[in-house]
Amino acid sequence: MTARTRDFGLSRRHMLLASGAALASAGFVGRVRAAEPIKVAGIYTVPVEQQWVSRIHKAAEAARAAGTVAYTYTENVTNTDYPRVMREYAESGVQLIVGEIFGVETEAREVAAEYPNVAFLLGSSFMPDAAIGNLSVFDNYIQDASYLSGIIAGSMTKSGMVGMIGGFPIPEVNRLMNAFMAGVRETRADAKFQISFIGSWFDPPKAKETAFAMIEGGADVLYAERFGVSDAAMEKGVLAIGNVIDTQADYPETVVASALWHFEPTFDAAVAAVAGGMFKADNYGVYSTMAKGGCSLAPLGTFEGKVSEATMAMVAEREAAIKAGSFAVTVDDSEPKSS
Amino acid sequence: MEIFDILVSASFWAAMVRIASPLIFATMGELICERAGVLNLGIEGIMVIGAFAGWMTVYAGFGLWAGVAVAMLAGMAFGALHGVLSVPFGLSQHVVGLGVTLLATSVAYFAYRLALPEVTSPPKIVPFQPFEVPILSQIPLVGPAFFAQTPMTYLAFAVVAVVALVLYRTPLGLALMAAGENPASVAAQGLSVTAIRMGAVIVGSGLMAVGGAFLTISAFSSFFFEMVNGRGWICIALVVFGGWKPGKALLGALLFAGFDAAQVRMQQTPLGAEVPYQVFLMMPYILSILALIVMSRRASVPAALMVPFNKGER
Repeated sequence: MTARTRDFGLSRRHMLLASGAALASAGFVGRVRAAEPIKVAGIYTVPVEQQWVSRIHKAAEAARAAGTVAYTYTENVTNTDYPRVMREYAESGVQLIVGEIFGVETEAREVAAEYPNVAFLLGSSFMPDAAIGNLSVFDNYIQDASYLSGIIAGSMTKSGMVGMIGGFPIPEVNRLMNAFMAGVRETRADAKFQISFIGSWFDPPKAKETAFAMIEGGADVLYAERFGVSDAAMEKGVLAIGNVIDTQADYPETVVASALWHFEPTFDAAVAAVAGGMFKADNYGVYSTMAKGGCSLAPLGTFEGKVSEATMAMVAEREAAIKAGSFAVTVDDSEPKSS
Repeated sequence: MEIFDILVSASFWAAMVRIASPLIFATMGELICERAGVLNLGIEGIMVIGAFAGWMTVYAGFGLWAGVAVAMLAGMAFGALHGVLSVPFGLSQHVVGLGVTLLATSVAYFAYRLALPEVTSPPKIVPFQPFEVPILSQIPLVGPAFFAQTPMTYLAFAVVAVVALVLYRTPLGLALMAAGENPASVAAQGLSVTAIRMGAVIVGSGLMAVGGAFLTISAFSSFFFEMVNGRGWICIALVVFGGWKPGKALLGALLFAGFDAAQVRMQQTPLGAEVPYQVFLMMPYILSILALIVMSRRASVPAALMVPFNKGER
């Protein structure tokens, strides 16, 4: 209930921007450019600073700067309000709607079915439905990069105890955690894991408290799925592994490596499909794999030379094998458990 | 055995006090309001505005204590709004309170986005650092728990002492409590019930905002929209838990925080691999409800809580 009005000011403003952008692209921009930019709208349930959404936002902003799309967005939309915002954009003449419907799967699909001429590219835990031909799904399936970051983590832990803190054990979170754990076991076969979920996507103080508890329990490398974990690691002087975004700039002494998600391949594929009139129900999750350029391991940066050469050789070898298709990271969506 | 190990670890007690700190501020704020006869459901939103205002002040380059002061002023401004609507106008305190929560949350969000339209990850500040009190911090268990915290935690305990002192030892406290029990008697003394209640709501809201600011400038270093995460509602329950008495409310805040600090540690034990994590997350709430049942049997609700007072009306 509290969040409901929270987006009023902004969604109004962005509706204005949206209509402004629509006018601009219909008139001025259209005359200048040969190919008219695709009108794209983002609908997010969290602010665009949130790690996951920030990657989508970044890809869309890059495409806007390149002139291939006209992009507008509404953030912090509650799940109950999500269908309304979808309708508003669909009615306003937007061609492609990007967003996330993890908490509003059924209703969002119903709305999409009502606007068959609008393409929907939505983050979802489920598969696309052939009956709704204009709705495609994606998620940050970056298990390849998570696995590689795990290999580094396993080589860096002295105690053999790795702490992992997540928001909720949803399939995509589990998949990355399991891939990370598999990577850790490559370099530290006897590694033990402490795993906690804090039951919230946004409670950094709580994530931080949980991380403190793990460090006291002997963990000396933390998998930072949430904001707050890296802060605890920095205060206590233990190492952390980033997820989705590169946070090493904020924690140069403690964040060793990060598994990065690149949304650009997913976004560009969808925009190309819309432009070509080829958009159909599809699983865009594959564009998040390493082979498609959808994920990568962040450069070691400040930890250059501090990770053993044997480890980095193994990372390079696995990375090449993943890209060549001769090695596949196991996909496991079950909830990971402490050991 | 595992639980025993947790209870004798100094870090557990330190975590308990740390988690309790924002709750202590906000609970004291709510307690003052309710003691004067006004239920302040604006607490959740006022904590959000406090978290934002305090953080933004520090981010803009001012000191940490300036952040605390600005948070307090921002909370007082929304407290004044709540007070005007609920005290002289006598509107439904439920509706006013929820309205203030919605407004304050939205204002915080709007102001944040206006100030920082193009940030990709939430900017950070340097928060309050723990200050170890000489000698006292060396005492086993008690030292790390109570004497190696950030200055804001010490302030939280000081606030409890001041609130208790003012309520029970000063004419002002007597008048405030009377405004919540029998406002007509206050008016008969020639005092203004409106002024007393307005003052209580404004000061109480200021404290709530400081509780919110604790999250962004002491417990953490960035501002997130959802980060108050229901802590305000917890504080409303803590006031009831404490039977509207500052000391018992403090105990309640520590107890709740203790359960929370225990559950994150219990998740790491072998038990954590067996029991679904949701059970642990539920624990502080369930145990608090059980404690509430026991504690509230002899609680005395302020008689005029949520009853508007119109001078001269019988």
